[in-house]
Amino acid sequence: MIAILDPGIGNLHSVQHGLARAGADTVVIGDATAWERAARQGIRVDGVILPGVGAFGDAMFQLRHTGFIPIVRDTAEKGVPLLGICLGMQLLFDYSTEHGRHDGLGLLPGSVVRFGQGVKVPHMGWNNLDHVASNHPLLTGVSVGDYVYFVHSYVVQAERPEDVLASATYGDTVVPAVVGRGSVMGTQFHPEKSGDVGETILRNFVRLCTQSQTREVLA
Amino acid sequence: MLTKRIIPCFDVLDGRVVKHVGFLNDRRDAGNPVALAKQYCDAGADELVLLDISASGEGRLATRRVVEQVAAQTNIPLTVGGGVSAVDDVRNLLLAGADKVSMNTGAFRNPRLIQEAAHRFGEQCVVVAIDANLNPATGDYEVMIQGGKVTTGASVMEWAKQAEQLGAGEILLTSFRQDGTRDGFDLQLTRRVAESVGVPVIASGGAGRKEHFYDVLTEGQADAALAASVFHFAETSVREVKAYLRERGVPIRWLNNAL
Repeated sequence: MIAILDPGIGNLHSVQHGLARAGADTVVIGDATAWERAARQGIRVDGVILPGVGAFGDAMFQLRHTGFIPIVRDTAEKGVPLLGICLGMQLLFDYSTEHGRHDGLGLLPGSVVRFGQGVKVPHMGWNNLDHVASNHPLLTGVSVGDYVYFVHSYVVQAERPEDVLASATYGDTVVPAVVGRGSVMGTQFHPEKSGDVGETILRNFVRLCTQSQTREVLA
Repeated sequence: MLTKRIIPCFDVLDGRVVKHVGFLNDRRDAGNPVALAKQYCDAGADELVLLDISASGEGRLATRRVVEQVAAQTNIPLTVGGGVSAVDDVRNLLLAGADKVSMNTGAFRNPRLIQEAAHRFGEQCVVVAIDANLNPATGDYEVMIQGGKVTTGASVMEWAKQAEQLGAGEILLTSFRQDGTRDGFDLQLTRRVAESVGVPVIASGGAGRKEHFYDVLTEGQADAALAASVFHFAETSVREVKAYLRERGVPIRWLNNAL
């Protein structure tokens, strides 16, 4: 089962539909209480999706308010695959400067800043990936030149270049499109809205979740 | 490179897609919305826009079911509009599966709706639709509301800028004069709005041939072009338009396996 954390901001149907098309069972979890209830019912979480729309500060507030922060940290520590989508990817980093400085989850080192002048903001639409670490299991079958659907006004500045698994270019800015270290991963674009390329990535994520489950069972 | 988008649009009446035939209010059933949506998706459409033209509450519920089904069956962004006048309308459409919600008369009458929706759901999902008509006396474009029935006298450029400031993530700009003519988009209107705002502009109204898409995405400076009847009546296809744009060096998302 893949858990989608819903801090009550946005619409999660598209993520759910996308995962369903990728062959996964999903459960939407609204807060820490619902998470614990699911655990008591014996629901086994093989992977966690952290979506997000809206502003960074509001989203962190909601994560705190719903008691999700320790759950996300725990997920990362246990090595259960975690995928942040769009703002959810940005939340994985140390801090953002969106409407003042706000601390993030700090699971990956780096910050989130607004796009510079000279380009339309938000960066909205289909852009092609010009760098892809295709040997990464999340990106199997994804190639340089593939198009994915972005909608965002702020961009990640990863401290470790090796954490950037794929990127695109917008104006003069290199946009980290996929990030990851170990089981903590994120996509700046919306895989659930990125056609067949997005579906490939979701299928890869689902496979990673199943494999990690296998490992856990064997251990 | 960020690509220009081609967006088929369809009108949904009581849960069915309808085609407008000619200039009369003659509507014909154009079939199953889910099948059509999938067809456009497979053909390489970059997004879909679905406009609910139902008048009754029951019709709207039927449309909501269509939104749910289309969202479940397609993997590209879906914008839904029609009769949005409150934050709850936005929320309901997002919950039904829309990625963005388009608002027109409701936003013009109550601009705070833009602000509230942007604050609650994010600017990325707020599309402000503006119907523009040229006032020949002043040479300015004026905002029309209620599907073109009411002229407001407000300046399109000013309203577009205000909508952006309030949190619109995108402007869907329709030329009232060109809409339905298939004579081409209003390039001057599109360009003036695209130069006035910093958010993406979707041009609409007047598409009739593939050349029109090229013109509005280059000279008109639109970020995306929307069309309905030209695709529904198969006068040209999404694939044909994209092939034409690609040959001429316009950045577009090209799918080798598109149908």
